[in-house]
Amino acid sequence: MSDHNHHADHAGTEVAPAQTKRIWQVFIILSAVTTVEFIIAFTIKSGYFKTSLFVGLTIVKAFYIVGEFMHLKHEVKGLIWAILLPTLFVCWLLLAMMLEGGSIFNLR
Amino acid sequence: MATTVTTESTELFDKKTWMGGVEPMNASYGKLMMWFFLISDTFTFSALLVTYGLIRFSFPAYDPAIHGAFQFSNLYWPIPEQVYNSVPFLHGVDAPLIFVGIMTFILIFSSVTMVLAVEAGHRMDRPTVEKYMLWTILGGFAFLGCQAWEWSHFIHGTEQGMSIKELVGGEWVSRTVFGANLTENQYGPPAFADLFFFITGFHGTHVFSGVLLNVLIFYRTATGLYQRRGHYEMVEKVGLYWHFVDLVWVFVFTFFYLV
Repeated sequence: MSDHNHHADHAGTEVAPAQTKRIWQVFIILSAVTTVEFIIAFTIKSGYFKTSLFVGLTIVKAFYIVGEFMHLKHEVKGLIWAILLPTLFVCWLLLAMMLEGGSIFNLR
Repeated sequence: MATTVTTESTELFDKKTWMGGVEPMNASYGKLMMWFFLISDTFTFSALLVTYGLIRFSFPAYDPAIHGAFQFSNLYWPIPEQVYNSVPFLHGVDAPLIFVGIMTFILIFSSVTMVLAVEAGHRMDRPTVEKYMLWTILGGFAFLGCQAWEWSHFIHGTEQGMSIKELVGGEWVSRTVFGANLTENQYGPPAFADLFFFITGFHGTHVFSGVLLNVLIFYRTATGLYQRRGHYEMVEKVGLYWHFVDLVWVFVFTFFYLV
């Protein structure tokens, strides 16, 4: 099929070769990060260090899923910011409410 | 961008421009609306996760120095490893988080097959789109099946259960609680099971509707609709939704099962 590639435009039934290298790369990264999370879950004592490791690795995974699989990394800057800015405010709300929960615990 | 603004009416209605004759943010109408839907869906899921964060931190954490060896108790928040430690067909085997890990890999893998289908769609490669859509649908059903087992195990509980003491008519009565429902559960405070049902249930509903959309896309690919239309953008749009569902699971996995 490869020797017919230059006819692809007018042949109709011929298709270009697949470009899947990057997709499999991202898959390997995601699997590796998940495996690391598993190892951390059973080796490191629970505390702030462990929690921040988990949050950091989750953000790494989210970056690859949104950036590569959802293709946001290759969109225009305006779209990237339209998605990213509201999400940052949500992260602030999450943090604020967790601190609020700690304060409720102290008052009980 | 300037080239898309033209006075010739024949040029106005090519596939890329909107009715106004321009293409905001360099994205098609459908794709941009899908992004805005996803950001609004993010708010809904965040509301659930924010609630979880608030309630979780207003309860005491398990501390071996105070509470001794771990056992289910409604005095403190349970450790996820102790709750989610069962795998189908391996009754009585302690396998913490293994099943959830399998579910995570199933969802990541179905996300990869989805992106492979989108990539094949760019090349107008119909048989490959069909193949990968089928794999994605299979992954979705596998995940839903896993979740059904997970829920049913969570609801029925373990053989030991949890014994609680409660004041009934001025007397302390001992009683054993098995499994979980919305008012009480054997794992910890009632809010623990409530949040489990709401968060994983809302995510599961999203997976279910994602599978339905994927089946529809597969059907329309197989009947050649997108080939005749000249592009596979619907695969891309539903792909965005499917990746979003995977993304939400990544967060649920971290905040509900790991931390």
